[in-house]
Amino acid sequence: MSQEILNLTCKQLRDSIAKGDVKSSDAVSAVFERIEKYDTRIGAFLSTFKTEALTQAGKVDEKIAKGQSVGALAGVPIAVKDNMCTTFGPTSCASKILENFHSPYNATVIEKLLAADAVIIGKTNLDEFAMGSSTENSGLKKTVNPWDKDRVPGGSSGGSAAAVAAQMCFAAMGSDTGGSIRQPASFCGVAGLKPTYGRVSRYGLVAYGSSLDQIGPLTKNIEDCALMLNVIAGHDEKDSTSVDETTAFLCDFLSGANKEVKDLKIAVVPQLFEGADEQVIQSIKDAIEVYKKLGAQIIEIQMPHFEYAIAAYYLIATAEASSNLARYDGVHYGHRTKNAGDYIEVYTKSRAEAFGTEVKRRIMLGTYALSSGYYDAYYLKALKVRNLIRGDFTAAFEKTDCIIMPTSPTTAFKIGEKTADPLQMYLADVYTIAANLAGIPAISIPCGFDKNNLPIGLQIIAPAFGEKKLLQIARMFESQTDFHKKNPQL
Amino acid sequence: MTDSDYKIIVGLEIHVQLATRTKMFCGCELAFAEDPNSRVCPTCLGLPGALPVMNAQAVEFAILTATALNCKIAEFTKWDRKSYYYPDLPKNYQISQYDLPIGSNGFIEIPLSDGQTKKIRILRVHLEEDAGKNVHTSGNFSQVDLNRAGTPLLEIVTEPDMNSAEEVRALAIELQRIVRFLGVSQADMQKGHMRFEPNVNLHIERGGSTSKTPITEVKNLNSFKALEKSVAFEAVRQFDEFLDTGICLQSGNKKTFGWDDVKEVTVLQREKEEAHDYRYFPDPDLVPVVVNEEWLERIKTKLCELPLKMQSRFISEYGLSDYDAGVLTTDKEMAKYFDDTVKTGADAKRVCNLITQTGIKIANEKGCGVAQLGIEPTRLAALAKITDDGKISATAAVTVFEKMLESKDSPDKIAQQLDLLQRSDEGELEKIVDEVITANAQAVEDVKSGGKKSKKAHGFLMGQVMQKSKGKANPQIVAKILGSKLGS
Ligand SMILES: [Zn+2]
Repeated sequence: MSQEILNLTCKQLRDSIAKGDVKSSDAVSAVFERIEKYDTRIGAFLSTFKTEALTQAGKVDEKIAKGQSVGALAGVPIAVKDNMCTTFGPTSCASKILENFHSPYNATVIEKLLAADAVIIGKTNLDEFAMGSSTENSGLKKTVNPWDKDRVPGGSSGGSAAAVAAQMCFAAMGSDTGGSIRQPASFCGVAGLKPTYGRVSRYGLVAYGSSLDQIGPLTKNIEDCALMLNVIAGHDEKDSTSVDETTAFLCDFLSGANKEVKDLKIAVVPQLFEGADEQVIQSIKDAIEVYKKLGAQIIEIQMPHFEYAIAAYYLIATAEASSNLARYDGVHYGHRTKNAGDYIEVYTKSRAEAFGTEVKRRIMLGTYALSSGYYDAYYLKALKVRNLIRGDFTAAFEKTDCIIMPTSPTTAFKIGEKTADPLQMYLADVYTIAANLAGIPAISIPCGFDKNNLPIGLQIIAPAFGEKKLLQIARMFESQTDFHKKNPQL
Repeated sequence: MTDSDYKIIVGLEIHVQLATRTKMFCGCELAFAEDPNSRVCPTCLGLPGALPVMNAQAVEFAILTATALNCKIAEFTKWDRKSYYYPDLPKNYQISQYDLPIGSNGFIEIPLSDGQTKKIRILRVHLEEDAGKNVHTSGNFSQVDLNRAGTPLLEIVTEPDMNSAEEVRALAIELQRIVRFLGVSQADMQKGHMRFEPNVNLHIERGGSTSKTPITEVKNLNSFKALEKSVAFEAVRQFDEFLDTGICLQSGNKKTFGWDDVKEVTVLQREKEEAHDYRYFPDPDLVPVVVNEEWLERIKTKLCELPLKMQSRFISEYGLSDYDAGVLTTDKEMAKYFDDTVKTGADAKRVCNLITQTGIKIANEKGCGVAQLGIEPTRLAALAKITDDGKISATAAVTVFEKMLESKDSPDKIAQQLDLLQRSDEGELEKIVDEVITANAQAVEDVKSGGKKSKKAHGFLMGQVMQKSKGKANPQIVAKILGSKLGS
């Protein structure tokens, strides 16, 4: 029974619960059985809320028994990345500086999940403040890839991706600043959607790079992505950068999710296949064949400024981060040094003691980029590159419905393999960063396995606010393949 | 040395707290003297994940003020982060406006003591959020109160166009009047609603060449007195220092001073201007502000006649003295009340006296404004008229004024009820005059003889008539009758 429940998708589970065929409390129990059995090895969760989750599940079951109407995620166990504020449990960002921080308020996304009757079962591990591509930068815990425990789950939403892949939840929330949803989704063989910037409120998401950060779901399939997006999307007056409905018409992403896109045009960028693993390229080529069989027209395009994306990203994201992380100073909340002689030392020692190496590196990089005398050469120039990349996409979308490419140049790499060389680690984001710079939606879906039985991800990128079509295009591939149905042997 | 040896050059930076309902970027109400950290939320506490949302009312107040200061209003502006670490700054950056201030290149006209006015150029007007307060209690630690954090501040920067401490004070007072007239700030000095930072230096003429002394900035002055005295003090101090050292203005030798309110001296805070790098960059959490024509027009409808203009109109149209017109225009409601009253046809000087001599005193006692006393302009005009017509004396007018606060009767009727009407019946008064003349032959003789004693005797006879009429005789009519009887 328990495994049967675990094999359900969010949508199937929700419908079964709503019909009274499955009890939410059984789903929660099944998930916790799994967490208790496997998470000591996987390390996906930083905190779990078994008692609270069972109470919440009980409430949903009671509502259904009484014949009351329930929300779109009624009774479904969901995990959230630990950089989203919750009034329950800590909100640590996997950093020692916030290790014992408890938020007095819920992020808007959390409020929306709760309003949809979801059951939040725990908070997942990440690279400290979402800075990283392997979750190895977590200041609190190590997370491994469920497909191979010697490998990384990807990052920064590594805990969320691992939790979904290991069936320790039915879906998880992640955040994506330069690929942090899509790359771990690719490494762990699940679907991961980064919505259009402004589609989902950032209120209560602990900021890394504010102009790039976007919350999105990691799920077992496309339909679940649509379901989750339905719950979390929409304008929020608490977030000025969330787009209001007059600009971005809010649609029902779920209805018609299985519809095929007519006269589908798909673009590929030949230059981008250089530098990726052979097996990854082969899987993408196979995917192209699948689309061709579905009647899609494949065109080749150029993205002349794509190669500058990483450089621009690591200036813009770090500049914003250096300012966003200034508030963690030991004065108001979070870790405070015990060895301060004066207030300046409260700052310097608290931060030196509690921030990890990568966070310090990015703060320094960003501080430098914003410094007087360097601002124009670095930050301002990066903004110009960002505009050129946006222009590349605008031009491309005049010719095509979407662009496909690998999510990552490699499959999951070995733990410790890239930690010594930050630049190598940064290159893991080479395909994902451009969508963040342009603020457009992109998804990663499973499209194959390499010779080590490690998942490979296909990335599909669409124009701003084109999520509905994006999901339909992704679903077309999913309907022809079984990659998303495979589960790792734990 | 005398003043003529040097010229004082002063530019001023002013922070004005705006009287919006809520803070600049969150929904907390503005606080004053509440319990520490009681008016705070995730946003103004700078908690992880919290985001700012612009207060449109603050932007409108800023645009209104910048317009009144004759500034060019930016069609497109944005918010920038100014980074520095200080415990009262929760995010360790302040949201401000860097290269695109909401207003620029304006001027303010200030009144000078000789009745002339002077234009002082305004460099820029921008909006920003205030910091909290560090509270230094006993022991070797400080506490932070963030009630004030996020309060909207308007920063106004003038060009160095002021040339005396008096001009600096005049500008500060004029600005206070303006923001109060516009209703954008209470500008209450006691509550720290206006804070000043003058930049002072001297141009010294010596041997046909001009030497400039290093600029000093005096921080955080919150009274007109401190502002004026600190500028005057700095001028003397800089002149003495220049005579001692001969050091001139160079880049990097600006000094920062504080003001000791007790000793009335400036105190050196920073010897050399630190090379502060605030690492300004556009705040990615906020969207740019586009000020379109329609919005601007809507804001401009809230513009009103500014105090200095009103003051000169009161002088030219109503013949008031500069002083009286100045007193009336310290407060917009009072000025309007005066104006409305005079426009019903009352004598301006009489109305002015009623307001400034009686009204303000009563209003202060009641803790409200003159216009809020409940006496409509038409009724005040009626009181002015019966006083003017000699129906009641100026002293009696005060009594009637007070009674009008509780009674809705006309001033005329109130004067009757209180038996304050002056006797103006010539026949009746003539009888009294005749009685007085008969009874005081010597005084009558003195008046008629002219000369030294005449004036005194006349006064004596007037006094006798007033006494006999129990103070109610209209003195003008009595004087007329006496004059015709005694041929004086
Ligand atoms: Zn607040």
